[in-house]
Amino acid sequence: MTAAPPTNRIGLTLSDYKGAPSTLCDGCGHDAITSQIIRAFYELGIEPHNVAKMSGIGCSSKTPAYFLNRAHGFNSVHGRMPSVATGAALANKHLHLIGVSGDGDTASIGLGQFCHLVRRNIPMIYIVENNGVYGLTKGQFSATADIGSKLKTGVMNELPPIDLCGLAIELGCGFVGRSFAGDPRQLQALIKAAASHKGTAVLDVISPCVTFNNHEGSTKSYKYAKEMETPLHELGFIPFYEQINVDYEPGTVQEVEMHDGSKIRLKKTERDYDATDMVGAIQTIKKAHDEKQFLTGLLYINENKDDFVSMMDTVDESLATLPESMTRPGKDVLESIMKELM
Amino acid sequence: MNTLALDSKEKTGKNVVNDFSIQVATVNGSGSQSSNNVLMRSIFQMGIPVSGKNLFPSNIAGLPTWFTIRVNKNGYIARKKHIDIMIAMNPQTAIEDVKGLNPGAVCISPIELKLDAVRSDVRHYQVPFAELASKASDNMKLRKLLTNMIYVGVVADLLNIDQTQIDIAITKQFDGKAKAIDLNLNAVKIGREWARENLKKVDQYSVEPMDKTQGKIIIDGNAAAGLGCMFAGVTVVTWYPITPSSSLCESLIDYLKEHRIDKASNKATFAVIQAEDELAAVGMALGAGWAGARSMTSTSGPGISLMSEFVGFGYFTEIPTVIFDVQRVGPSTGMPTRTSQADLMSTFLLSHGDTKHICLLPGSVQECYEMATEAFQIAEMFQTPVFVMTDLDLGMNNWMSEPFKYPTTPINRGKVLTAADLEKAGKFERYADVDGDGIPYRTLPGTDHPLGAYFTRGSGHTAKATYTEKPEDYLYLMDRLAKKFETAKKHVPAPVVDTVSGAKIGIIAFGSSDFAVQESRDQLKEKGLATSYLRLRALPFTAELKQFVDAHDVVYVVEQCRDAQLRDLIRLELPESSMKFKSVLHYNGLPIDADFVTEAIIKGEGK
Repeated sequence: MTAAPPTNRIGLTLSDYKGAPSTLCDGCGHDAITSQIIRAFYELGIEPHNVAKMSGIGCSSKTPAYFLNRAHGFNSVHGRMPSVATGAALANKHLHLIGVSGDGDTASIGLGQFCHLVRRNIPMIYIVENNGVYGLTKGQFSATADIGSKLKTGVMNELPPIDLCGLAIELGCGFVGRSFAGDPRQLQALIKAAASHKGTAVLDVISPCVTFNNHEGSTKSYKYAKEMETPLHELGFIPFYEQINVDYEPGTVQEVEMHDGSKIRLKKTERDYDATDMVGAIQTIKKAHDEKQFLTGLLYINENKDDFVSMMDTVDESLATLPESMTRPGKDVLESIMKELM
Repeated sequence: MNTLALDSKEKTGKNVVNDFSIQVATVNGSGSQSSNNVLMRSIFQMGIPVSGKNLFPSNIAGLPTWFTIRVNKNGYIARKKHIDIMIAMNPQTAIEDVKGLNPGAVCISPIELKLDAVRSDVRHYQVPFAELASKASDNMKLRKLLTNMIYVGVVADLLNIDQTQIDIAITKQFDGKAKAIDLNLNAVKIGREWARENLKKVDQYSVEPMDKTQGKIIIDGNAAAGLGCMFAGVTVVTWYPITPSSSLCESLIDYLKEHRIDKASNKATFAVIQAEDELAAVGMALGAGWAGARSMTSTSGPGISLMSEFVGFGYFTEIPTVIFDVQRVGPSTGMPTRTSQADLMSTFLLSHGDTKHICLLPGSVQECYEMATEAFQIAEMFQTPVFVMTDLDLGMNNWMSEPFKYPTTPINRGKVLTAADLEKAGKFERYADVDGDGIPYRTLPGTDHPLGAYFTRGSGHTAKATYTEKPEDYLYLMDRLAKKFETAKKHVPAPVVDTVSGAKIGIIAFGSSDFAVQESRDQLKEKGLATSYLRLRALPFTAELKQFVDAHDVVYVVEQCRDAQLRDLIRLELPESSMKFKSVLHYNGLPIDADFVTEAIIKGEGK
């Protein structure tokens, strides 16, 4: 007799958080990210049926099919996932939304919708699986490709990249992280922390495209990212349901308490990075571009921002399932309106 | 002399009571809207049928605008082609305005414009508005506004409009603001008294009390549609401002804020979001519809074009939402403040691939209200985007109507399975045709059952909602969607048909053309031409269409577009009858009028 598989705090097994088998290329960075989403949601004990998985179009946008089979999924049109997610969030504010997009889907065709999602602070995790190229259409540059990065064909990118993290901070995003598909520990901690954030949490994850952008000369390859990755801090996440107190030497750890009582512990490196300093974060991102650094970690956090759904001040119940008694005013109301119009 | 009779020897002629049109020419942003409303309401309150049309520029201030009031004892409320009484307040257009009048028409104008020199065959009343305005207020800015009320006073005296009704209309217009009411009433009085003392009546027009508006309301189509949405139980409203649809959502928002706050919690039972563009507005509406809300958006032609891709997605993935298209003149930016019905075909077939949509076509403010409610029922019943197509004329103009009726059908959320349903059924296939009507079952995100979830995708999908590129899966899906569309024919609003026995001529029209067609049919009848009439109220077509076409020798399709879009859709539906159709096409941006229809049909009949 085999031992029963381990379960999480709500009694579900890891396989309850899995999805259909991936159809992406072997070794794709996206699959590594999918694994960390599965792991993070399992370990946090989030009820999968209360999750809605959103995406746009592209290789990255296929991935919601590969995790959380028990959650509803929505593979929308190219670049337009933010609007669909906004509608879903308004319709049912009890859903946990996780969106997966790519650099083409977010930074090119969907840049406008991305900006407005962030500006409104729609509560959701928004992961950009960033590989610098369009995979599904066979490897054209995207708007996040670095200057000087080369395609397999030798074509060099001459336009500056759009830094989605810098942009998100500029637009007031309260949770902005950058990570690497090849850094599972950091990525998982960031996903978990993002799940506790009340507002839009943007995670820009460098996720190499093994088929079209993993060669010498690419700045989004495994080799380049592995060699260049410089974590801003060592990142730990302590969920609200398991408070652990560890003594640190004073001044070596920045602790951020989240609205649900969970904590993020950022153990400092020699950089002494302050993730709550917005201007500092923008400066750091700009400088990293100039110096060709690949900085990862929690770039910016602000837990004191109202999210859009809360601002709507709707009834506690989900709007989607309100009974007629709450959504259709009585006959007297119509009659009084008619009288005013007579 | 302030009053000038006609040059012609002809006397004033027969008195014309309760049957004329007044046009007020002003500058937009000058505040004339309140005066025009007061004028229209006062006549309405006297029991006389009226309709009002605002012809305005796509501009905020300083450009010409015209407001037309039609007074008609028979209840005709379409645009009247000829103006009987012109109030030429705008120096920019005054000469053109007076030139456009028929001989014998009336022109009220500021004395300094000397319009009598432009047309001597028009009956002029020249009024020293500036001098009178200085008596109304010391404030220069107010004088400009009050000038508008002074012409109300002059007209009231000339037409014999009951002063009590003006008092009531002003009180209503200024919503109990005592100071504004006093100022405006005084301005009316100044105009009225001056006219009484100085003008000699030389025209034939007047009003007399009737009892034809008792219990009726005045409302514009956008507000009516907004009201319908509220009583439909809309929960998520997304929109992007665009003329002429903006006031639909704005009215709705006002209604929701007043009547849809939960009393127990003091919280909203709705969410409204002003989107960044129409792409996002429809995406939000679909996201909300998918998650189970009664969602809607409202736009006009340019927005419909932008929504195209998402609407195809909604059709293919089967998500309910309601989209209002308050049509304006296209193509492109077109003439944003002019009316049209030219979105019909592109909206019906909106998006790439094989797509076709349910479109409801209200023909009155009452139907704007009723079909708004009905659209949500149909959208959820058929799990698909549903269009409600009105136009600027219907949406932004004031119309007289019977009061609206409270919905008699309970809210029907369609085939939605709960966790308990799933437990009982033991299986769930999102896109399977279980009932044979082409309509599948859906679940909402958040359904707490292991069978509950499914994956929505705009790519090929199987009955189980998994990805597919297999020919047989795609055929199953497309054929089921076609079957669903067939089922919809039994549930969309049926046409209103008036078959006149012995009539060989049939007329088909929809939407705001109805008012002109009704009046035209009476005109044709007087000329000895009997006509039957089918007013279309929805797409897809229903069985009544074929019966109607078969029963007539010739069928005139009346529409407000250049390309005979409805006629061509009918031809596709009834190819065997395609030679029967003749088109009456009105597409200059103005609302269609009865004379236009009548003349076209008479010409078509070779009479």
